[in-house]
Amino acid sequence: MMDGLKRGSAAIVGVAESDLGQVADGTSVFDLMAQGVGRALDDCGLKLRDVDGLFCATTQNRMSVLGLAEYLGIDPPYLGSTIVGGSSFEYHVAHAMGAISLGLCNVAVIAYGSTQRSVGRKQASVREINPYETPFKPFQPSSSYALAASRHMHQFGTTREQLAAVAVAAREWALLNPKAWEKKPLTIDGVLSARMVSYPFTVRDCCLVTDGGGAIVVTSAERARSLKKPPAYMLGCGQSTTHASISSMPDLTVTGALISGKAAYQMAKLGASDVDAVELYDAFTINTILFLEDLGFCKKGEGGAFVSGGRIAPKGSLAVNTNGGGLSYCHPGMYGLFLLIEAVRQLRGECGPRQVKNCEVAIAHGNGGVLSSQATVILGTQATL
Amino acid sequence: MPTDQNAPLKTYLDHLARNELAYQFSREARRAVFFPRVLCPFTGSDQLEWRISKGLGTVYATTVVHPAEGKPFNVALIDCDEGFRLMSRVEDIAPDQVRIGQRVRFRVHPAEGDEDPYPVFTPAESA
Repeated sequence: MMDGLKRGSAAIVGVAESDLGQVADGTSVFDLMAQGVGRALDDCGLKLRDVDGLFCATTQNRMSVLGLAEYLGIDPPYLGSTIVGGSSFEYHVAHAMGAISLGLCNVAVIAYGSTQRSVGRKQASVREINPYETPFKPFQPSSSYALAASRHMHQFGTTREQLAAVAVAAREWALLNPKAWEKKPLTIDGVLSARMVSYPFTVRDCCLVTDGGGAIVVTSAERARSLKKPPAYMLGCGQSTTHASISSMPDLTVTGALISGKAAYQMAKLGASDVDAVELYDAFTINTILFLEDLGFCKKGEGGAFVSGGRIAPKGSLAVNTNGGGLSYCHPGMYGLFLLIEAVRQLRGECGPRQVKNCEVAIAHGNGGVLSSQATVILGTQATL
Repeated sequence: MPTDQNAPLKTYLDHLARNELAYQFSREARRAVFFPRVLCPFTGSDQLEWRISKGLGTVYATTVVHPAEGKPFNVALIDCDEGFRLMSRVEDIAPDQVRIGQRVRFRVHPAEGDEDPYPVFTPAESA
């Protein structure tokens, strides 16, 4: 647990996506990161010369933070490039908060870029051989999550229809987000009858494969107050790593979100019932169910029933994945940054038709690997300090 | 670099080549360790002894992979009776007939060309 971090001592002050979906031919991951950085700095009114902390992660470059510093022409004394898959950015924001509180930097930029749709997934990620898994040809990462879903279905009676309800809710939110990749309605039957990928998942239970990127700007609470837009204060954060490969996950129905969430709630002095907007890393439909359970929005095993009947869709009782999520908005491979972007926009009240009313507290929960690395960030408005 | 012991993977594969499913046992933690490694993940001890599984286990989780080309096939996680879990495949049964809780028995899928041998499982009891 991050006992050293002080609730509300730092804030996210600028957020932006780069181009999303299918980007122009020849675009590099650094083009996308830089687009994000430029737009996120504009969003808060800071300049590149103010940046003294730089963080990024991508699967397409081995020493990406060097490449990004070079591209931007800056020499920030604090660099971070923790890479734990999709939750990397939830780690970065916690690390930035720590660095800011120690005076190691004051304005940290966290960036992401991926051209996996343009170059193909095989080009975008190095194929890694695990001699204890690769011989069985699991279709990764889908099969690992499918194994977790099979266990949840066996233990708790979760159904394919309940999994599909997650995808349908995400789609309904996406239809309210002009930046979302998916533009057409989706039904439960539409999910169930789609092409099977790894049972129980059809292609509609699986996240999109898009290009995309973005950036966020983090600074001290003190500095945040003088900037363009209302700060989204860092109230709590927590991390947990339970395994790397699915065969080493202790219990496929319980994720590290239980631990990361508990730490984040403790630091924030808040609980699940205080959260207005819930942004969860929905790489697969089972993720949303697992994280709703592990983060305390419903009891373990009840996630399937909880997501049914439109409860997490627009006009439902809990606003979950309000941008349309990795399932319907965008998923360039490591989606975690977009959770933070959406959480901040909800707290600012910038979300138009998908805006959650009176949004004061938002949770962004990142997931990396195959349910391997969990990181929770709780953000709040000035009123929550 | 000369070394007095095999890499854990090499030892594991050598056992498979002899039709044995090997795992490690941590005396300090008094429990099985899998995948094979040089440090016990429960205690940090380097005292890991090799043991041979009786080859009986239970399906813990299962999926059917539907490749773009070719037939669907099974991928499963198996809990062996000695207390370790591994990824494998249940054979001699339709992939969608593999059930969580089903008892299974180990056999070796032999080395082929560049491919190392690997452990697969078959139903241990009639359904």
